[in-house]
Amino acid sequence: MRMKSISLRSLSLMGVVSAFFVLAACADSSSPEKGAASEIADVALANSVYDALMASTNDKGQATKARLRQDEVQEFCSKPRSDYGDAERANAIREARMALVQMPADGEFIGDWARGAEVANNGRGLQYSDDPAAPNGGNCYACHQMDPREVAYGTIGPSLTNYGARGQSEVMLQYTWTKMWDTHAYNLCSHMPRFGAQGILTEQQLKDVMAYLLDPASPVNQPLEAQQEN
Amino acid sequence: MKRLWTVPALALCSIALSAFAQDGGVFDQYREMLGDDSPAIFVIDEGEEYWYAPAGPNDVSLEACDLGLGAGVVEGAYAQMPRFFDDTGRVMDVEARLLHCMVTLQGRDAAEVHAKPYSGRGDMGTEMEALVAWIADQSMGSPLTPGQTHSEEQAAFTLGEQIFYYRAGPHDFSCATCHEQAGVRIRLQDLAELPNPEAARDIATTWPAYRLSQGVVRTFGWRMRDCLRQQRLPELIMGSEASVALQHYLSVKASGAPMNAPGLKR
Amino acid sequence: MAGRIRVRAQLSDGVTEVKALMRHPMETGLRKDADGNAIPANFITEVTATHNDRVVMQAFWGASVSQNPFLACRFTGGAVGDDVTVNWVDNLGETGTGTTKIR
Repeated sequence: MRMKSISLRSLSLMGVVSAFFVLAACADSSSPEKGAASEIADVALANSVYDALMASTNDKGQATKARLRQDEVQEFCSKPRSDYGDAERANAIREARMALVQMPADGEFIGDWARGAEVANNGRGLQYSDDPAAPNGGNCYACHQMDPREVAYGTIGPSLTNYGARGQSEVMLQYTWTKMWDTHAYNLCSHMPRFGAQGILTEQQLKDVMAYLLDPASPVNQPLEAQQEN
Repeated sequence: MKRLWTVPALALCSIALSAFAQDGGVFDQYREMLGDDSPAIFVIDEGEEYWYAPAGPNDVSLEACDLGLGAGVVEGAYAQMPRFFDDTGRVMDVEARLLHCMVTLQGRDAAEVHAKPYSGRGDMGTEMEALVAWIADQSMGSPLTPGQTHSEEQAAFTLGEQIFYYRAGPHDFSCATCHEQAGVRIRLQDLAELPNPEAARDIATTWPAYRLSQGVVRTFGWRMRDCLRQQRLPELIMGSEASVALQHYLSVKASGAPMNAPGLKR
Repeated sequence: MAGRIRVRAQLSDGVTEVKALMRHPMETGLRKDADGNAIPANFITEVTATHNDRVVMQAFWGASVSQNPFLACRFTGGAVGDDVTVNWVDNLGETGTGTTKIR
């Protein structure tokens, strides 16, 4: 249920009102009002942010204002890392995301690592500056190290160099696939995009990235040549 | 042909290494070497020309524009923005304020200014970029002190902070996705941990900036717009509530630090 | 806007160091604009530095030099107060110039 648009002036009034409830609740330790009032304030604030963004943006190319509407994961995760309280709700969302994961239709997880390398290097896709007809990239190198020969890698995510050492058991294939499909199934509020669940990559592209990570022949799993003595 | 010249190896003076530079301070060295030979100097001069040039149906200049310190007072004004303005009843950044003056003083059409405020590929700069470069240069060295006393200014900070953590779009990106952690980078670009005042100071005091990779001066408002583009979100309107709120949030985090704009960035 | 060069010349231990910052798009001719049309080539092809009418440096540039280029060079035989001038010519035949006195 969505509340009507609220101006920022009434937001500060909301703050005062919810503060009043908080103080009132403190007087009676068994009162549930504190949680309810801060939830109302949270919802009001979230709607106000949505309204402000809607009024402050224009549709452009494929990036329409519909993208500003948050789903459950986005809404829950729109806070500092230190604030991820409410373990019960977190578990519920995580389990819901796990239930939505779609494994490959034909049961084959491993594609072509050379195509997977292209997906990993390609940072384009879904911006209003991108051609909607062109395939999306995974932009894996933005955040991860993979091929040890590649120096231009990011450090927002852990290194995936030699990922293939984990082998290709059914468990490992499903785990790796799920991480890419929807990382929140394991790690709620991770920074990583939901490449499958949000339709960023196709099933074939995901299989190709799986190969880039898991195929023993992939450069990700080839160690650096030993340094030559001079 | 006998060479009469040698290109010197420029002597490296004292190098101010940023505490956050994972490149070992290489770009800081570059800034040091270039000194005040940044191409921004041309853009600053162009901005001053625009300020004093009559324009629009009313054929008047922007000389009477009030940037918060009184009509026509430019020195130190940028360092005190964003701020609340009585005449418009809202918190404004420099771009929103310039647009306001272009419309009310010069009689220009807001939609026309909104149509192309920032340089595209192949452009050498826009009027807005030049004006912001000159106005910011007039605040060089002044402590960054955005408005914080008015309730609207406080509300803008809160809104900016909420937007900072607002995850949306197909990639679920918020500003925090890239700018919440310390000591990380995207590809080879260091990322500032913006909620940390120390990092915010480095950032908020060096916009607008001459961007080497694009050959033009880019404004703080442009940077917010381009972040939203990379977040796969729609186009952020120049001078809008959300744009101002984000800049305000970062400026408040950085407040007190001396302005050093136009800066030099990759 | 086009044609501007900010020139400075500093004498130290018998060597004059010239720093020239030029305003120029240095368009390679290989880029396309937002509509997919090629942006025409427009770059400086020759830069000359003169000291009291004596050529002290000549540079022949191509498309690899970036927008708003910066050039520094040194020469001997200059004195405080002498004129130093930097000129450029681009592929479209446009010219730019800037001058200063050695300090």
